[in-house]
Amino acid sequence: MILKYLFAKNEAIPVGSAAIFFGFSAIVWFMIGTGLGSFNAAKLAFPDFVTGTEMFAFGHMRQVHVLAVIFGWISMAFAMAMMYITPILGNTRLWSEKLGLWNCMMWNICLLVGLSLMWMGVTSGREYSDFPWPLDLAVAAFISIPLAVNVWMTIIKRRTQGIYTTNWFFAASTFMLIIVFLVGNLPEYFHLTGLTEAYMTWWFAHNVLGLWITPVAAAIAYYVIPKVTGNPLYSHRIGHLHFWSIVVFYSTPAAHHLMSAPLPEWLKSFASVEGVLILVPAIAFVSNILLTMQGKWNMFVENLEVRFTVVGVLLAIPLNMQGGFQQTRSINWYIHGTGWMVAHAHLALLGFSTFLEAAAVYLGLQTLMKRKLYSLTLGNMHFWLLLIGFSIYWVSMTIAGLIQGAGKIYEVPYIDVVIAEHPYMIARWLGGTMVFSSTILWLYNMWMTAREGTPIPAGRMPHELAYER
Amino acid sequence: MKFREYKVGSRMFGMAFGLSMTITLLFPSFDLAASVVSEVGLDKQLTSGWDSGWQLQDLFLDGLNKPLKVLVRKDPKTGEPMEPVYAYVYPAGTSLPNGVNHPRNLGLGVEELSVKQGRINEAKKESGAVFLIKKSDKLLDFEDKPLSYMVNATATKGWTPDEVLNQAVDSDILHAGAGKTMFVREGCWWCHTLLPEQTQDWQVFGAPPMLGDFNGESPTAFGSDRKGPDLLHVGSRNGSREWMMLHFFNPRLVQPHSIMPRFDYLWGEVDADGNKIDFDKWRSEYDKYREGKITTPPDVPMYAKDSEIRKLIDFIVNLK
Repeated sequence: MILKYLFAKNEAIPVGSAAIFFGFSAIVWFMIGTGLGSFNAAKLAFPDFVTGTEMFAFGHMRQVHVLAVIFGWISMAFAMAMMYITPILGNTRLWSEKLGLWNCMMWNICLLVGLSLMWMGVTSGREYSDFPWPLDLAVAAFISIPLAVNVWMTIIKRRTQGIYTTNWFFAASTFMLIIVFLVGNLPEYFHLTGLTEAYMTWWFAHNVLGLWITPVAAAIAYYVIPKVTGNPLYSHRIGHLHFWSIVVFYSTPAAHHLMSAPLPEWLKSFASVEGVLILVPAIAFVSNILLTMQGKWNMFVENLEVRFTVVGVLLAIPLNMQGGFQQTRSINWYIHGTGWMVAHAHLALLGFSTFLEAAAVYLGLQTLMKRKLYSLTLGNMHFWLLLIGFSIYWVSMTIAGLIQGAGKIYEVPYIDVVIAEHPYMIARWLGGTMVFSSTILWLYNMWMTAREGTPIPAGRMPHELAYER
Repeated sequence: MKFREYKVGSRMFGMAFGLSMTITLLFPSFDLAASVVSEVGLDKQLTSGWDSGWQLQDLFLDGLNKPLKVLVRKDPKTGEPMEPVYAYVYPAGTSLPNGVNHPRNLGLGVEELSVKQGRINEAKKESGAVFLIKKSDKLLDFEDKPLSYMVNATATKGWTPDEVLNQAVDSDILHAGAGKTMFVREGCWWCHTLLPEQTQDWQVFGAPPMLGDFNGESPTAFGSDRKGPDLLHVGSRNGSREWMMLHFFNPRLVQPHSIMPRFDYLWGEVDADGNKIDFDKWRSEYDKYREGKITTPPDVPMYAKDSEIRKLIDFIVNLK
């Protein structure tokens, strides 16, 4: 129904159409991504589960899970948040709803084509930048550049004097994503080989997390918490510190992903020190948001969106404590390449950032559709299934990683490590399946919100209305 | 609305981001570009050819556009027995590796030897070429390691790809280049790293790779998430093709606790004798064996010479 506006005049498209399209697409990709994750986890726990077919082999599905979640769920939820929040903070409309709708449609098509090919094994063989270069160019041309143009133009055409913290992050991150994506894939366009290719792979993987996912997720918290609680942001200055330290510190430690490769030693040491400095933006962000909550902590219990946001912010504490120190040489040698890293990656993407994106999608879809959330019960079930499922996953994989690390340094025969990890593989599958089932509830809840949610009167925020179910 | 008040901010942003790109991209690139390729690195790039990921000449990663590694036992010109030597055969039309297209990539010393003595710049994609690796008596400046260099045997000895392939028996031909494509396509590197770590791993997985061991290789497929043993030196630990065959068909045949998937689909339709492989029958018999109804598992069919599994096993046993 939104597609009918693709060829409409920009003025004739209802406000928020692009954001709503992005919001629902994101939830569907989240369901696909976590479904694949749960399937993959089942194969690690029970290797003969669905066997003998190339299409259902673990090696063909693993990267589809990762890219569906990063490009589908997380990035589309970001696009939704940008198309919803950027105009509101500029007291204006989105620069072009039409561009937004086309952006979303092309995004879905690119991802569908890219992931289908990936599933067949068409890959560049480079982790996180797995797409072959023609698809990389398509991603830049149809996904990241139109999004950035829409965000920048909305900010430039704003009707406020200043630019709020959230919009600094949106403007800078969309820019940095384009640079990081195009530069990170240089090895494919120009066939750079060897250690250069390996290093650039991890330069991309590090920066796509550090300069895209982390700051945009944080920017969502900068909007949601002050907006819903009604408290002003605790400190604009600390927001400045957060922004600049992200740009300066988070863009430099890429080499710490390859501490065991024969990269120049100065580069590894430099990356390691810069990696610890990631704590600067992390502490600035967490303290700023939690201090903004002062006097409104009752909303952490009562309000779904605040609860999602604050849990995401709280998960940033272990995330950055791990992230800052696990890459130093004294710790990295023990846990590098083990399940600990898998747990850490899920803490970043399924813990910290997913909770923040979910808050943005809940709040944005209700506000833009002017419909109160259909069911609080389903919302609560979504929250708890997601949190418990994620926690089971994180704890089990962390333990598995510590076992694997011990096995690694004592050079235990590898099969003994596999045997010791088996119970944790089953736990990981259970946790992942809980996350997957929570996304089904969520999609149903949002769909019913669109169909049957209580209309929100003009000038009211969703959280000012009582739930009916 | 003017953007004036953000001019300073935008400039600061550009400087900060530009500085971080300079330090993390430009500076390391000087160091990496100065690396000198080792003998291992030469072997790797000549074995795996131009690229092992997606490329225009191999859209669905079928292992096309790849060289063959051949053990030459008889002189291809005269047919006389000779000291066995590995030759890297690039049949006509096969893309040449990065080090041949861009000899600068080989590093100081190796570049000069490969071009002047190895005549690698005379190699042409259209007519194909045969390469050898030779050790020189020259030492690397900062290490007591003799420099190895590439030799274009088509120019120096007149060996053509066809002559080299014709003198070799099939078991002396390694499809290791195409096998690396299988390794990438099947996602082996999602669980098996090709990077023993510098701090440990020496005793079981062998020596970690050194600078110069990767020049010209793409993708390096280091892997990041180890769920099985490191494979960089697996061919030295276990060179048995029979073991590999059983293990790929169903890892639980040789290692009951393995969580590796079965790769029986890489056998294709037929076995070595051209008979159709009945996978359903094999699986039901295997299930009976697992349930204890029969005492021995069913026989694993011998793979055909041109099957994908042959290429993958060639690659794996070649990882020395």
